[in-house]
Amino acid sequence: MIAIINYGSGNIAAIANIYKQLRIPCLICDQASDLAQAERYILPGVGAFDATMQHLASSGMLDVLVEEVVGHGKKVLGICVGMQILAESSEEGSLPGLGWIAGRVKKIDASRLVAGPRLPHMGWNSIRLQVDSPLFRGIDVERGFYFLHSYYFAASEPASVLATVRYGDELPCAVGRGNVYGLQFHPEKSHSNGMAIFRNFAEI
Amino acid sequence: MLRSRIVPCLLLHDGGLVKTKGFKEGKYVGDPLNAVKIFNEKEVDELILLDIDATSEQRQPDFARLKTIAVESRMPLCYGGGITSAAQAVEVISLGFEKVSISAAALARPALIGEMASAIGSQSVVVTLDVRRNALFPGYSVFTHNGRKKQKTDLIAFCRQAVDLGAGEIVLNSIDRDGAMNGYDLDLARQVRAAVSCPVSFAGGAGSLDHMQALIDAVGVVGAVAGSLFVFQGPYRAVLINYDRPPGVRPAGV
Repeated sequence: MIAIINYGSGNIAAIANIYKQLRIPCLICDQASDLAQAERYILPGVGAFDATMQHLASSGMLDVLVEEVVGHGKKVLGICVGMQILAESSEEGSLPGLGWIAGRVKKIDASRLVAGPRLPHMGWNSIRLQVDSPLFRGIDVERGFYFLHSYYFAASEPASVLATVRYGDELPCAVGRGNVYGLQFHPEKSHSNGMAIFRNFAEI
Repeated sequence: MLRSRIVPCLLLHDGGLVKTKGFKEGKYVGDPLNAVKIFNEKEVDELILLDIDATSEQRQPDFARLKTIAVESRMPLCYGGGITSAAQAVEVISLGFEKVSISAAALARPALIGEMASAIGSQSVVVTLDVRRNALFPGYSVFTHNGRKKQKTDLIAFCRQAVDLGAGEIVLNSIDRDGAMNGYDLDLARQVRAAVSCPVSFAGGAGSLDHMQALIDAVGVVGAVAGSLFVFQGPYRAVLINYDRPPGVRPAGV
């Protein structure tokens, strides 16, 4: 069973609908007591870093999520700001992140863009796989994914960067360490490539 | 490499979808949910939905309807129409939209742009401006309320102000070319693109994939928005929801 953490931040319904189409059982979790029955968690997120951390804390689900992910090693997939809060901190906010993957969230350096500095990074971009992760099985890297962000996950350890995207610099767009995964792009809005990611996450 | 976005724009009116010409003569082109399902199958880059009644009727978005649309969509969505507060923008985002567009409300009270950016993030704040080319003087005039109310706003100055306040995208809609299918206003595109540092998109005039390529050749990576091109087929404007990209921006294998 996959649980989508519903803490008032992110695109819950579209993710649940994709799992319904894939005929993979999933549950929208609104309270801590729902979490233990799941083996995998999806942590969506939109908006600002601090607001997202505050929502998660005030949902009452944070402590149980930490216990299941850090204590019991259950798998978790953070999406967009849900990925950024996996880091230790962010330039965008002052609250600490979850710190499950070493790194800091930084603003994209737009001065490095040759065609003129343009933020946010908006639209479809190809990606480059840095390691052979089962999360990216069957993915068309040229077709890529839909991006919509101005901040990115600067991972401290190169080994935790699963994939990168070219926007000025080569920026990490997928991170992973042990049972924790994070994606900067929006798989729920990336058509067949996105569906493949959700299917893979259910199987790894 | 970041690709230009090829974006269908659908107009919600009286519960259905319409396509206008010069912002008038709304022709019924179908049901929104059906169109979303077709665009899912076509793996569309992004979709803009504009409720063209909301601002004129001074009512808020039809959240229940937007929810049914967002649940079905596997592509990024932008909604515009009747948004006057950051709280409404938060509601639209929570339904599963990626971006929220404001126009009349941004012109009436520019501070709303910043309030929305704080609430949902700059990346999700779109400012859409409907413009007509001036008849006598050079430049363009900005309109609201479906082209009926002329604003005294300086277009380029306002685009810059919007970005400074936190807009993440500027969409320019040429009323002169709406439904005309005679090509984008490339002068307008060049001027606006040069003026701002955020992504820009242009609507009005797309009648062929060549028109889209001409826009991309003129301004680089861009959002090329089209209505008629993706809802009509043939010289008699028969309704047929369709989608394609200029060959230069098709991902390999598509």
